[in-house]
Amino acid sequence: MSVAVDNTIDARGSACPGPTMELIKAMKSSSVGTVVEVLSSDKMTTIDGAAWLKKVGQELVETSDKGGYWSIIAKKIK
Amino acid sequence: MPKRIVIIGGGAGGTITANLLARNLYRQLVSGHVVINMITDKAEHVYQPGFLYVVFDKVRPDEIVRKQKEILDQNINLFVDPAVKIDKENKIVRTQSGKEFPYDFLVIATGSRIVPEDIPGLKEGGHWFYDMEGAKKLRQALKDFSGGRIAITVGVPHKCPVAPLEMTFMLYEYFKQKEMLDKVELFYTYPINRLHSLEPVANWAVPEFEKKGIKSETFFNMEEIDAEKKVVRSMEGSELNYDLLITVPPHKGAPVIADSGFGKDGWIPTNKKTLHNEGSDDVYVVGDTTNLPISKAGSTAHFESHIVAERISSEITEGFSETEYDGKVICFVETSFDEATYIWFNYKTPPTPVPPSKMIHWMKLGYNRLYWLSAKGIL
Ligand SMILES: Cc1cc2nc3c(=O)[nH]c(=O)nc-3n(C[C@H](O)[C@H](O)[C@H](O)COP(=O)(O)OP(=O)(O)OC[C@H]3O[C@@H](n4cnc5c(N)ncnc54)[C@H](O)[C@@H]3O)c2cc1C
Repeated sequence: MSVAVDNTIDARGSACPGPTMELIKAMKSSSVGTVVEVLSSDKMTTIDGAAWLKKVGQELVETSDKGGYWSIIAKKIK
Repeated sequence: MPKRIVIIGGGAGGTITANLLARNLYRQLVSGHVVINMITDKAEHVYQPGFLYVVFDKVRPDEIVRKQKEILDQNINLFVDPAVKIDKENKIVRTQSGKEFPYDFLVIATGSRIVPEDIPGLKEGGHWFYDMEGAKKLRQALKDFSGGRIAITVGVPHKCPVAPLEMTFMLYEYFKQKEMLDKVELFYTYPINRLHSLEPVANWAVPEFEKKGIKSETFFNMEEIDAEKKVVRSMEGSELNYDLLITVPPHKGAPVIADSGFGKDGWIPTNKKTLHNEGSDDVYVVGDTTNLPISKAGSTAHFESHIVAERISSEITEGFSETEYDGKVICFVETSFDEATYIWFNYKTPPTPVPPSKMIHWMKLGYNRLYWLSAKGIL
């Protein structure tokens, strides 16, 4: 991983509220500059999470396949 | 020296845990080898899911409130005196009146609270049903509503993830019965890109919305509300006009949690299996105040309470415990005034909703009364 993560949320196995909601929650409560990572057992989180970050103008740092689960890393830039 | 168990919070999780402990440790309690002290901030216990029914005049407010003292086992000491500081190092809880409660085991069950003030304009412009006062105000606003757009907005995070959908379906039924559907537009919004976090529930809701003419916008997170112009602006850049705004405000944990350095915004880092506060072996966490990525719901608090009560009882009587939480949650979902469905899931099993039926609705109504047996640790 090229970037230092400040906060990792392990939302693997989370059905409700689910990993995308965890990403939104973490981004809302973080201060500018924070790098947040969400782990998910659902590949869709990387797609849905990326789509949301684009909509709200926050930075998608990377998404990756961890072998059996996925990671999405975002940075709060505003 | 007796083993001292302190429980903070006399809501669903704290009360069930306390009563189960009192039952498991009855002999030790009466012989003075164990003491259970519950610290809470209200003399009354409210069954919160009842707020939904108060809004539609289906339940009287006093039907969902009982005296905390009457629900608690008589061997538990109750102190209505808010905790103001949890001193983990010295294992002491301090209360507003200046009392100190040393503990050998601590259970934190301080729940979550709404913070409409965190979104500019929401307090001024919004109605909600997440506390008694809000539910009564909304009841009146619906009685006075002569027509127009009702916007439903959802803050993150919030307890009871199915409540926004239930509210929407019940609104539809309410205006149908008042023969006002031609005058009312229901506009539902949701923070992620589908109608509900649970995919099967979201998929089921799509045709229901179409059938009922309920409009929706997803990826909608409130940024600010202009209460004068009656507009909600979203973080995603859209604007939604409303005549009546019904919102689920965002939530935070109790102030004492953040003030005591237990967790940002009042969410406590919790071990998903043992329910210990991470890094501790004598502090347990149940209910809404955990940071676990699972539903903040009464059923979650209920199942967690059983695990924590079992663990503490076993640690006291046997010196060890291996009981673990599997992430179980069960939620009823009202789909109208006379039908409901339900979902259950855990860390490993995803939910599958069953078709709505009258029978499940009656079970939910039955549970609304049986809750008091749950709180007593009987059901
Ligand atoms: C409208 C609505 C509908 C709902 N519907 C459902 C449903 O259908 N199914 C479901 O499972 N769940 C439902 N819920 C959610 C459910 O009510 C909560 O998730 C549940 O009550 C959580 O239990 P808890 O013990 O964590 O918190 P609570 O029950 O909220 O209890 C926390 C307690 O801690 C006390 N406290 C706070 N701070 C302090 C302090 N400093 N010192 C001492 N005491 C303190 C509070 O006063 C409170 O008594 C609903 C909630 C609402 C609002």
